[in-house]
Amino acid sequence: MSPTMSLAVDLAYWQQTTLRSIGVLLAVLLPAGTIVYLFLFKMMSFMQSRLGPMEAGPYGSMQLLAEVGKWLQKEDLFPDGADRRVFALAPIVVVMSTFLIYVVIPFGPDAWFTQIPTGIFLALALSSISVIGILMAGWASANKYSLMGGLRAAGQLIAYELPLVLAVVGVVIQAGTLDMQGIVVAQRGGEIFGWGAIGNPYIFTQFIGFVMFVVAMQAELTQPPFDMPVAESELVAGYLTEYSGFRFLLFFIGEFATAGAFAAIAATLFLGGWSLPFIDLDSNWMNVIGPLVLFAKMLLIVFLVMWVRFTYPRFREDQLQILAWKYLIPISLANIMVTSILKVAL
Amino acid sequence: MVALTERQQLAYIASQAADARVNVELETEGMTLNIGPQHPATHGTLRIIVRLDGEQVIAAEPVPGYMHRGYEKLVEVRTYPQITTLINRIDWLGSFANEVPFILAAERLMDIEAPPRAQWIRTAFFELSRIANVVLFLGDMAVQLGATTPVFYAFRDREHVLNQIEAATGGRFHPNFDRIGGLKDDLPKGWIAETKQVMGKIRAFCDEMEELLVGNEIFEVRTRGIGVVPPEVALSYGMSGANLRASGVDFDHRRDSPCGLVYDQLDWKVWTHPDGDSFARYWVRLQETREACDIVDQCLEKLPSGPIMAKVPRIIKVPEGEAYVATENPLGEMAYYIVSKGDLNPFRVKIRSASFNNISIVPWLLRGVYVPDVITILASLYFILGDIDR
Repeated sequence: MSPTMSLAVDLAYWQQTTLRSIGVLLAVLLPAGTIVYLFLFKMMSFMQSRLGPMEAGPYGSMQLLAEVGKWLQKEDLFPDGADRRVFALAPIVVVMSTFLIYVVIPFGPDAWFTQIPTGIFLALALSSISVIGILMAGWASANKYSLMGGLRAAGQLIAYELPLVLAVVGVVIQAGTLDMQGIVVAQRGGEIFGWGAIGNPYIFTQFIGFVMFVVAMQAELTQPPFDMPVAESELVAGYLTEYSGFRFLLFFIGEFATAGAFAAIAATLFLGGWSLPFIDLDSNWMNVIGPLVLFAKMLLIVFLVMWVRFTYPRFREDQLQILAWKYLIPISLANIMVTSILKVAL
Repeated sequence: MVALTERQQLAYIASQAADARVNVELETEGMTLNIGPQHPATHGTLRIIVRLDGEQVIAAEPVPGYMHRGYEKLVEVRTYPQITTLINRIDWLGSFANEVPFILAAERLMDIEAPPRAQWIRTAFFELSRIANVVLFLGDMAVQLGATTPVFYAFRDREHVLNQIEAATGGRFHPNFDRIGGLKDDLPKGWIAETKQVMGKIRAFCDEMEELLVGNEIFEVRTRGIGVVPPEVALSYGMSGANLRASGVDFDHRRDSPCGLVYDQLDWKVWTHPDGDSFARYWVRLQETREACDIVDQCLEKLPSGPIMAKVPRIIKVPEGEAYVATENPLGEMAYYIVSKGDLNPFRVKIRSASFNNISIVPWLLRGVYVPDVITILASLYFILGDIDR
């Protein structure tokens, strides 16, 4: 595996930068669009015995483009009494954190945007920036519902940051590295108690960690059953209440692209990332099918998350905190302890 | 199922009051939040002013009246047959049930009794409108708690019931089918078999809701012990219907004063629940929907033949007098007090609708709860705005 991008042609720095920017944009928007169409439009409709969008394009597949067009045409609205600069900045902060998470995810042996030795650490750190954006949105909207939504979001995201990180620690101990690429390689080369035919996707040995990660991820994404910050039936839409048009679109992209990003991280940590069993890691065409493999695994995890999202009622704020502090965090800590003992013993 | 003792209920209320008092003593600055008139949880235009301390409610005050349509005044200038058109719109989800107590009161004043077939069909429609109404509650409660899916099932299965109502009466929401002395039409051909099939679908829906929600841990923690109404409080606030029975008070007009309807000839059961919390209110309504399906089936099986209209004069003049008739409507006790001076139109009509009394407990019930529980409690009390404001 080469430490730098091995391309056939030598590109100038600005050319590489442009290519990577376009790459990140694609990596963010394509999964987000797919998730919205496949799950939010079609799977949800299927579960609720209705058809969903059917008019725009075959089976409504162009519906999202129509929606984006509608949002872009809308008036750029600031509520009276809003803190205009913070109000305008908030969606950008949220989307920015999403874009930055994708930067550290490896898509193939040589297909990555940047390779950082502490990749997973950086990804988790960046993901918590979005809390600031949400808090800004809640505060700047000059709306009581938004303020409550923003504060709930802050409390919730901070509480669930911990199980999220602690769930990852188990994987990091087992892989022995913080590097995302290294974690993929460790899973492909590993073996489950001496049996190494399919490597060791950590979902088998770190199953508790996987469950913790998906639950905490659900809460980080503020999706039901943890959607108190946006609870439509209580807070109307929480911190989103006053947003419309382009700025709402940014929040919307942020929400579903973050779902994709977290799912991609979960796929990398627990399902073996871009690697496939029985296929040589260093073969050149893994760079082509690697992203597709990761995408498929990502959709699998998003499916789990969305399934719960469309089925469950939501918790109350205090019950959510109880779940995080009394159950998830102690279980995660026990998981870390068991993992480290086994790591040293075996 | 563990029944809450009276002492536990009082302890719960006392602890909530104590929490509220501590927060007042800490003197954190409160916030006044206007829930409504336009808010997704109020299914209409009910406004609730809540004084909040953080997420906890210190005081709550419902402000009804945003949809007052003045029916009590309007019916004074309409003839008796015209009035059913208006009062259909009081509880718009179970509209046929609104007509029944009014027609029964008018019949009592005129000393007419509807023929048996009409009474049996009336009872069947009364229960059909109960199903059409409560099925929506069973899904809507879930949507207030944040689960989006059940409400679509509710709309899907309510549609079958509405189709049956439409097939027989011509109106989906506002049948306007009840007449003084009987019914407008007889049942169409094949209707009975179809309706029995629909009842099967509604039972399947109830089973589905039971599997989807009642056993769900999140649903249970969100509803159990939330909004506990002790029986004596429920009675003192004049609550009625499923809200009262969920507090353990075994009272049902269908069984206790079955005037003009044939409930005394049917085999059915009044469901109560001892807890008095939001879960109990959901559970009682779920069981009542199943019971209503059984009642409809029985009515259709035992339906006698004969005329559907008694001999009634062409121009209806109600003799002088007063009559009060109460029935057990989908939302609770609904009653009409008619004062007639012997004219074509009533002199004065007082409409006692269930939701208005049911939400009068809101200031008492919401004190000390959290904002999400406000929504749970409002959803579980189940009011229709037209039924509050008339």
